[in-house]
Formats: sequence, structure tokens, C-alpha cells
Amino acid sequence: MTEIASPTVKVSTRPAESRRDIGIKRRYAAERRFRFYGIIAIVIGLFFLAVLLWSVVSKGYTAFLQTTITLPIEFSEKVIDPKNERATDPKQLMSANYPLLVREALVKQLGLDPKERPLVKQATDMVSASARTQLRDIVVADPSVIGKTIPVTLLAEANIDSAFKGQIDLKVDESKRKVKDQQVAWMNQLADAGALKKSFNTGIFTFGASSRPEAAGVGVALIGSLYMMLIVLVLSLPIGVAASIYLEEFAPKNRLTDLIEVNINNLAAVPSIVYGLLGLAVFINFAGLPRSAALIGGLVLTLMTLPTIIIATRAALKAVPPSIRAAALGLGASKMQTIFHHVLPLAMPGILTGTIIGLAHALGETAPLLLIGMVAFVVDYPGSPLEPSTALPVQIYMWANEAERAFVERTSGAIIILLIFLVFMNLGAILLRRRFERRW
Amino acid sequence: MKALKLTVAALVASAAFAGAAAARDQVQVAGSSTVLPYAKIVAESFGEAFPDFKTPVVESGGSSAGLKEFCKGVGEDTIDIANSSRKIKDSEVEACKAAGVTEIQEIKIGYDGIVFATDAGNADLALKPEQLYKALAAEVVVDGKLVANPHKKWSEVDASLPDAEIAAYIPGEKHGTREVFEEKILAAGCKDAGALDVIKAAVSDEKQQHSKCVAVRKDGMAVDIDGDYTETLARIASNKTGIGVFGLSFYENNADKLKVATVNGVVPSTETIASGEYPVSRPLFFYVKKAHLGVIPGLKEYVEFFIDDQMIGPDSPLADYGLVAAPDAEREEIRKSFEAGNML
Repeated sequence: MTEIASPTVKVSTRPAESRRDIGIKRRYAAERRFRFYGIIAIVIGLFFLAVLLWSVVSKGYTAFLQTTITLPIEFSEKVIDPKNERATDPKQLMSANYPLLVREALVKQLGLDPKERPLVKQATDMVSASARTQLRDIVVADPSVIGKTIPVTLLAEANIDSAFKGQIDLKVDESKRKVKDQQVAWMNQLADAGALKKSFNTGIFTFGASSRPEAAGVGVALIGSLYMMLIVLVLSLPIGVAASIYLEEFAPKNRLTDLIEVNINNLAAVPSIVYGLLGLAVFINFAGLPRSAALIGGLVLTLMTLPTIIIATRAALKAVPPSIRAAALGLGASKMQTIFHHVLPLAMPGILTGTIIGLAHALGETAPLLLIGMVAFVVDYPGSPLEPSTALPVQIYMWANEAERAFVERTSGAIIILLIFLVFMNLGAILLRRRFERRW
Repeated sequence: MKALKLTVAALVASAAFAGAAAARDQVQVAGSSTVLPYAKIVAESFGEAFPDFKTPVVESGGSSAGLKEFCKGVGEDTIDIANSSRKIKDSEVEACKAAGVTEIQEIKIGYDGIVFATDAGNADLALKPEQLYKALAAEVVVDGKLVANPHKKWSEVDASLPDAEIAAYIPGEKHGTREVFEEKILAAGCKDAGALDVIKAAVSDEKQQHSKCVAVRKDGMAVDIDGDYTETLARIASNKTGIGVFGLSFYENNADKLKVATVNGVVPSTETIASGEYPVSRPLFFYVKKAHLGVIPGLKEYVEFFIDDQMIGPDSPLADYGLVAAPDAEREEIRKSFEAGNML
């Protein structure tokens, strides 16, 4: 800067033929250096991004595949409803011994002796324990299947799934791993017969939490996050925009508004756990709202997002040239008309960008949710925001702490899902900005 | 106060989800991360076995945090059950009483073993509490005097141990596991090593003697792990000679990556822990609010389902996961005590 900013031209005392030294080489070199630093900074950033993405994707892509076993299940009446009571007692279908059906099908498929109990148990251990509910749901939905034999695609147990994906080192001693040699032999036998194969894992999107990795998914967490994002959007956008319009356009400039401004900027930097404590004290202990509910999560995240939105909106309003305001006022528009007809539309791209960035930030937040009981094992889908649910980043955190090998890939899989959501939100921000952008 | 309440109410109403909070029809559980995997298995099986009830919600967060929530009071907006990897403290019972939670039922679900393990590539390891104490205590006895722990390598503690720098990943102070580690390893090792006698000669107060025994060195050789066992596993993966503390069930799920150490020559397993041969184990509990039984739908059924032999027996999903089942007579006693409504 100093090189350029010297308005006083000195009269050269040197002979005319030698050019005046204006430091052009030095200045070009400084610029080249600066460009080089910039490129280095970007390369470092991209390198770490690549490392992060590579580590997540390479570990996580297998989570979108799930090993399944297709078995011809005989829905034998003898097992499901031995006394033929289903017409009078619907509970009969709920509590029948469905795992027995799987066992019989496996015994037949693998040609085992049903009397060799330890061997049969090893075989049935290959199929997920969630087969019980799966078969029950089939029978309850359509009791006419009783007595028929139909092929059913069952989830393979998590350790078989991991072994089939090659994530368990089969060279270590059999006693030191969860998959036995016999099970591996059966696994290969079933795979050769085409019964056992990998297919796209829709369950990771639809299932709720589960202690069985193969039956665990982010379904409940997605719904919980969706509820919370809706609440945050519905509450923080109007409140934030209204507050900033008032502060920016109407409020008198005095000590009080300065104080408010300092506080808003301060709140934007407060650690999110503090908002969790506030939520626990106000919404749960004082207002008596239910624990673990998405509503409280949404309210807490709203409080957390508000300062971000207010700051972004005020900046966007400030960036609208004063000439627009002056012109509108000059043509006889009221102050309110000026703001809503002219200033706000022009500030829209900035406001929307700020809001979406605030939302994306709220989507990835776990700390405040810990204190209001949303870091929880929730199996059932929440029917409303008042029912217990959990959130996407919370699900990642909980899976990361699981002991089972199969949760390692699912953790990364859930991170991929979260990243995809964030990419879409940021893309939306860019598109909205393009859509509303005006130049003058 | 009224204005605040109004604001809160307005906030809630403006969320556009009308309707007052309906009566809770779901059991809510919070507490220990050690008990969490077991509680999850039970909650999930409960939801499957009792389609009339919703699946209980199990929160994580640690024994102390769970008991704190538990002692907030009685009513629908408080939790029903607190999982704990240690017995409830007297101070917590007092806090509960002060908040109106006077009727607490204690239920022991079984035992959890604590194992020492190192990377699978290492040689077999045989540990004794005495050696661990000498390696990890803040102060040890050298030539009859209490000095700051001078040991840098395991082999300096005992020639039978590997010639590697001491690095131990032990549970942080917020974990219930830490208490067991202190009691069963450090305090026992302190006694075995003869350090207790020296400490006794120096300090008269019994509490101080104990805290001197269980003080862990703070020079970076014993690392507190405040996260879960996955963090310990990651530390061991990056420092192959390090020794980590794990729960038995976690070890069994990762036995291909870890080599477990014997303690006093006993290999940890559900059998040796149940028989009491393996010294480092502890009981796991959960606490039930008696006032909620019969009020929260499914609570009584959940507790009964949990303590049934099909969940905590020797041949049950919890035992498969790594829980050490209590002896037959003790389990019978647990069920009877719950039926009878025995309280703390």
C-alpha cells in the first residue's frame, strides 16, 4: 500500500537516461509471493478436505451395502398358531415363535441334523435377531401366508455381514473372533448358492436405533433433525429478521442499542453447551416440556441460531445502498414501504445465506442436545415433535462409541449422509443467492 | 416470572405444533454408558416382545449424570430409571430425598469384568495389581521412602514385563470404571507392594492414606480417557506397547485386535469373573422410582422383563454381549426383592 500511496512526485535529480526506480520488480515479486501463499493455503485446505473425505468415504461406503440371506420360509401353522386361535385371539400372531421358522428353514437349506443343537445355534446366529419382527409383520399384515412357503430376504447378523465384507481378519485364531470357521464355511456355501448376497442397504435410512448393527439406521434421527430444522426455521427466521430490521432501520442509535448489539455479537460466540443448560433449566425444569423431545431441541437450537441470523441480516441490510432508500422516500413511500418493498428484497440473498448457514450449523450440533436428553437410544419413530427422538449428529456420536465392528462403517456411513445433507443445504443457499441477486 | 412463563408459552405455541404435552406413554431411562449397551438390548427386545408398549428411551451420559436426573423429583417430566455402574452414593440418596424421591428400588443386573489389554501383536502379558500400582501410582516406595514415581519402563517395575515405556490408558475420573480400577487395582497393589505401611506411618487419617494409595501419576505416562472404550482402542492402535483398560464385553467384541492380560495369573472370562477368581469386576445396577410403577405404562413390565432369566440369565442375550450373570440364587433374590417392593 505504501508504495502506491505517495502522491507527492519528487523531481528526479538523476540523469534523464537512467529510469526512475519505482520498485516495480520488488512490487511484482511481492505480488507473486502473495499469490503463491494463497495457492499454498488453498492446497493445504484441499488436502485436509481430501483426507477427511477419503477417510470417511473409504470406511463408510460399505455401510450402504448389507448382506442378506434369502431363505424359503415355511409359515407352518403348527409353529405360528398350533391351536388355530388367530381368529379369536389376535395376540397369538404377535407372540408366536417366529425364530423357529428361520431355524427350520436354515436346517433344511444347510442340510443339518436338527438334534445337533450347538451346530444349529451357530447356524441360526447367522441370521439377525430382527427376523422375528420381520416375519411377524409379514404374518400380521397378511395372515393368509400361513401354511405357505415363500422366500423371505432376511438380514444377516452383523458379524456375518462384516466377515462377508472382509472386515474381520479370518486369519486370527477362531476363539478370538466373533465369526466361527463353520459359519464362514456356511456363509460361502450360501453365497455360492446365491442365497447370501450384498444388496443396497435401505435400512440405514429407514430403521431406528438398534443394538443390532444390521437393524440400526438413522431413520428416527433424520425425522428428529427434520423436526428441529423446521422449528428453527419457523421461529428464528421471522424473529431474527424482525429484530434486525428494527435494530437497523428504526431503532435510535444510543447506549441501549449499542449494548444490545454487543450482547448479540457476544451470544453468537457463546459455546452451544450453554444453550443446552439454558434449555434444560427453562424448557424442561421450568416450563415442564417433555424430555428428549424434538420440540425442545428445536427451541434450544433456535436460541443458538438467532444471533447468527441477526448478524447476517443486519449486514445484508447495511449493504443495501442508501440511494435506494433515499429514492423510495423521495417518491413518497413511507419508511415501512421503503423497507418492505425495496430494502428487504435486495437484502434477501444475504439473509437467506445467513439463515441457511445458521441452519446447517444447528443441524450439526450435539452438545446442547446432550443436556436435554436427546442423546438417547430411540427405536420408535416420533409421531410429533413432542415425542422422544434423536438427531443425526447424535446418532453418529452414539454409533462411534459402540463396541461392534459393524458400527464402525455405519458411523462413517451416517457421516456421509450428514455431509450430503449439508452439501444440499449449502447448494440451496448458493441457488437462492443467484436467484435473488440484483446488481446496481 | 409470569412474563417469562408467557414468553415460553408463546414460543411453544408459535412453533405451530398445537396440543399440550400428552401423558408420557414411554419409559425413560438415563445413566451409565457401561450399562447402556445392556439396557439397549433389553429395551429393544422389550419393544418387540410387548407390542402394546412403546420401546423405552435410553439416554447415555454417565452414572452420575443419570442419578442426578433421577433425583430431580417425581412426576412425568422426570426419568423413571437410572442406570449405574456403581452403587448409589449416600449423598445422592440424600439429594433424592430432598427432591421427594424417597422410594428407590435398587436392582442389580449382573457383573461386569474390567480387563487390561494391549495390541494383539504383543507377547502374552501377565499383570499383578502390585505391578500396576508401581507403574502408575503418583508416589511409590523406594528404599523405605515415599518418592515421586521414578519408573519409566515396564521392565523397571518388574523384569518379567516388556522393555517398553510405560503408557496406560485408564478410565477418566467421571467414569464409574475408575472407582473399580482404584479399589481393585491401585488400593490392592498399594497394600501388596507394602506401600500402605509406609503411608500409614506418614499419615494418620485413613481417608488420606487411601487417596494417597490411589493417586495416579500425572506425568503423562498414565493417560485418563474421558471418552469411551473406542477412544482407548484408538490409543492402543497408535501406541502398540500401551496398555488399555476395557470392559469385558468391549474386549470380546474386539478380541481380534487386542491381547488381554491375566491378572494374578487368571484369564478374564465370564466364568472366572462369576466365580470371583478374576479380581477386577463390579456389579452393575439400575434404580427404579417406585412412585412411577403403575403410573408410567410399561415400567413395571420393563423391569420384570429385564430381571427375567431370559435377559440376565447365563444363557441370555446380555450374557452373549459380555454381562457376567449373577449366581442363580442371587438372581432369584433380585426378583423376589423387586416383587416385594424392597427399597433402599
